[in-house]
Amino acid sequence: MILAFYPADWSPVCGDQMSLYNEVLPEFERYGARLLGISVDGMWCHRAFTENRKLHFPLLADFEPKGDVARRYGVYRERDGTTERALFVIDADGFIRWRYVSPIDVNPGADGILEALEALNAGVSK
Amino acid sequence: MSKHAHVAQLTVAVSDRDHTIGPADAPVTLVEYGDYECPYCGRAFPIVQEVRRRLGDRLRFVFRNFPLTQIHEHAEHAAEVAEAAAAQGKFWPMHDWLYRHQFALDDDALLEGAGELELDVASVRRALADGTYRARVRDDFMSGIKSGVNGTPTFYINDVRHDAGYDTATLLAAIEQAELAL
Repeated sequence: MILAFYPADWSPVCGDQMSLYNEVLPEFERYGARLLGISVDGMWCHRAFTENRKLHFPLLADFEPKGDVARRYGVYRERDGTTERALFVIDADGFIRWRYVSPIDVNPGADGILEALEALNAGVSK
Repeated sequence: MSKHAHVAQLTVAVSDRDHTIGPADAPVTLVEYGDYECPYCGRAFPIVQEVRRRLGDRLRFVFRNFPLTQIHEHAEHAAEVAEAAAAQGKFWPMHDWLYRHQFALDDDALLEGAGELELDVASVRRALADGTYRARVRDDFMSGIKSGVNGTPTFYINDVRHDAGYDTATLLAAIEQAELAL
């Protein structure tokens, strides 16, 4: 499973992080990985965002208590009330196998996730 | 558990399969991953032209497809039409035409463009219907994903992702710096 924390819905660029992952979804699925986006936005906000960007994967609302999940992963940003751009690849046994925290203003892309999935698959098949 | 921090690099080297303009032995190669329907790419288009004009033979420019098909409904076909034009030796005229006609890129408009550029329209229409160039466009896209493309447009200067802005001055300065680093 891929858990992708991002600061907020509605970032004003084409190819924002979630739209980008939306396009890469078939590749993630090839590795048997499921993608979950997560931010502190509420459910209705997520619903509108999902519709607008035609997202084909679920967004989780870390909304009440706010940022609770992010805190557990150590990626809550106290000072602005959002989360880091943080990626986690979690294996079938629930272990975090890879993580990456991107500078907040840099979309981390998908290359790191794909490399991690590749490594994970290589390990499993050994 | 690993943290990775790296400068994103082009993982698929520029080769014969690419659409390039400018001398192969130019000191600097600028690669753009772009989407024909993306307004930011549209804004970058005249900037890249200006940068190319100013640098002349010192620059080789390469364009690779990176259509965001879920948010831009015409981007995939636009990219495939550019590839179909390439098969008839007219990639760059079609590339330019697409960026000048971003406001209307449905299939009818694309075929009209093919007509304006005096392409064999029937074969372009067939290529679109058959998805002849779909795999090629996807290959470009995946090469971008593996190179850390994180939005459109994304530029690489001599294989290193350019994370700063892409106004004319910033892009020129970055290219000139890459030239000095040689």
